[in-house]
Amino acid sequence: MNMLGVMQIALFAIVLTALVKPLGGFMAKVFQGERTWLSPVFGPVERGIYRLCGIDASSETSWKRYAIAVLLFNLIGFLAVYSIQLAQGVLPLNPQAFAGVEAKSAFNTAVSFASNTNWQGYGGESTMSYFTQMLALNVQNFLSAASGMAVLVALIRGFSRRQASQIGNFYVDMTRGTLYVLVPLALVLALALVSQGVVQNFSEYKTVELVEPVVMQPEQVTQQTIPLGPAASQVAIKQLGTNGGGFFNVNSAHPLENPTPLSNFLEVLAILLIPAALCYTFGRMVNDTRQGWAVYAAMMIIFLPLTFGVFGAEQAGNPRFDTLGVDQASSATHSGGNMEGKEVRFGIANSALWAAVTTAASNGSVNSMHDSYTPLGGLVPMWLMQLGEVVFGGAGSGLYGMLMFAIVAVFIAGLMVGRTPEYLGKKIEAYEVKMASLVLLLPCVVVLIGTAIASAIPAGTSSVANPGAHGFSEILYAFSSAGNNNGSAFGGLSANTPFYNIALGVAMWISRFWLMIPVLAIAGSLAAKRNVAITAGTLPTHTPLFIAMLIGVVLMVGALTFLPSLALGPVVEHLQMIGKG
Amino acid sequence: MSELRPALISFLLLTVITGVVYPLAVTGLGQALFSDKANGSLIRDGDRLIGSQLIGQPFLDPRYFFGRPSATAPQPYNGAASSGSNQGPTNPALATAISARVAALRAFDPENKTSVPIDLVTASGSGLDPHISPAAAEYQVPRVARMRNRPESEIRTLVKEMTEGRTFGILGEPRVNVLLLNLALDGKQAG
Repeated sequence: MNMLGVMQIALFAIVLTALVKPLGGFMAKVFQGERTWLSPVFGPVERGIYRLCGIDASSETSWKRYAIAVLLFNLIGFLAVYSIQLAQGVLPLNPQAFAGVEAKSAFNTAVSFASNTNWQGYGGESTMSYFTQMLALNVQNFLSAASGMAVLVALIRGFSRRQASQIGNFYVDMTRGTLYVLVPLALVLALALVSQGVVQNFSEYKTVELVEPVVMQPEQVTQQTIPLGPAASQVAIKQLGTNGGGFFNVNSAHPLENPTPLSNFLEVLAILLIPAALCYTFGRMVNDTRQGWAVYAAMMIIFLPLTFGVFGAEQAGNPRFDTLGVDQASSATHSGGNMEGKEVRFGIANSALWAAVTTAASNGSVNSMHDSYTPLGGLVPMWLMQLGEVVFGGAGSGLYGMLMFAIVAVFIAGLMVGRTPEYLGKKIEAYEVKMASLVLLLPCVVVLIGTAIASAIPAGTSSVANPGAHGFSEILYAFSSAGNNNGSAFGGLSANTPFYNIALGVAMWISRFWLMIPVLAIAGSLAAKRNVAITAGTLPTHTPLFIAMLIGVVLMVGALTFLPSLALGPVVEHLQMIGKG
Repeated sequence: MSELRPALISFLLLTVITGVVYPLAVTGLGQALFSDKANGSLIRDGDRLIGSQLIGQPFLDPRYFFGRPSATAPQPYNGAASSGSNQGPTNPALATAISARVAALRAFDPENKTSVPIDLVTASGSGLDPHISPAAAEYQVPRVARMRNRPESEIRTLVKEMTEGRTFGILGEPRVNVLLLNLALDGKQAG
């Protein structure tokens, strides 16, 4: 690891932490229905939406009706994305005249974007029309993120309310999150990205004459296509909304999607911005900001060492190339390290930082190809996903996942000292622990069973691109990604096949929507409870002791569940790589 | 039925806001403020389009600086289908490919015994990487100078001029844009 690389990662952590309080405080106001400085602009729009929908903004619902609204709204989103893809051939804004998308691929993509996963089985610049990118995919980038934030806010209300039967109004939470948080942030970021060279237009692709015509078999290539389109507006929200679905095939490794070190810094910051700030929003809404900072600290303490782990592994390079006459040592004039699948403008440090950030959050965009990472460099992103996407995680979904771990942590602490566990003044009882366990365990089941099936049948193994243990890693990565709504991939796996389109589609659907139901059930159950008084026997949940407990539970569940499968993939491959064989 | 109305109508209205108004606003402002960049940072030679400053091009002629290997199909640097190699670190095909690339560079430049900077023989993530490291450019200076019958110092100065540093002295990596460097070698200005 070189000094400038370490400094870049440190700078990222400092800037992110500095933004947590201002944005988190703002979001608390938004979700508590208070006036903000954006109200003069978006207030009339917001009220217009409620009027046309026939929603009374002041009326709230039980957790069951809240859950029905979330599921229904996202089902409509899924159907819209699915049908727009099938019909894009006859829809406008299709200058490249792309045909409708094949049905199984369209199913996969529709689930993928509705579930905030944004796994991509297709190549953007060769498949999707501008109409599909804008009105199907881009819309879901906003609405799936806003849905996740809404569910989180409902859960927080469960903690902060006493003997209440209602946990909020989904349409109000989702609309306010979209209008006051996502749209303004995306607008500013998108313009900043255009200033760096991210394209934003509706032109057809340009053809340029190559400076040196190149002889290829069977004919000479003299021209190059420059793909265009409304990319900046989509890139901005795919980062902010922890979506990650790229405009182009290689996502943010593409020079027109992420052209400069500055665009890279802004994009990678945007991934963690909302999940990090929501920790403070949570603290503010339960009237104890220390609780929010404690969760933030736990996330950071898991995140930073793992980031440096990827950086170290990638910077060390590949010992198999040592005898090939190449220079892998970093110096002032090149970054060295494992540069296969990485871009020169980002080097090792920014690629490693991105890989950790995008898998800590359930973002899944990439600025380098994870499939070509060293075994240990690739193990970290895989494990960050397997932890359940709770180290920052998705917009909303990351923190509600982490709060499920907090419930399990106080439960375990309660068992140790023989007291009924409490969290934020609420008794945690059998019902909450059962529901929280469901949220923790279901993705693990989906990932492991999915991987097992795919590894056992030809339809699964025939898509593998790399031989040996790495091929197994490709399958494990795919199900870890889909089963935790991340969306990144070991891209060598040919996942645009009927088996993977359906299997991964089902995994994404279960992990997103089946988990929202127990989370909302806990919200409803907690809201109905009375507050218990804090006594000398109450475990404080803002102290280093609790932070350590929380980290311990997250890492234990993640390690116990996934170490065997990781041993079969990246660990074996690492031993093979450093061995003489 | 009472559940369906708010779901459908809010979905339609928010689709208009986030799927139509928002991208059009970004397009309008982007085109007004940064028109060249919003349209792909294209390079013209007279009235011909000869490239984008952000998209690398293939160079096989040893009189030019070579860019990074590209894994796009069917030809390298195919702008219509960005792609990395996705070869794993222990895939024998990767080591074979790197050996072949090192051998090809050595064949053009038999006197040069220094080891090859890794970025010059590994495929980029996008297959369209416009840059190489300053070390990868320096490695090629003797060859390009000899092929063009120009002094090495002159080529080296040109490379220095074309080298971009880290943004604000910290972000990213130092790099050289291969297309712009080769245009400068030919005495053409990118504009």
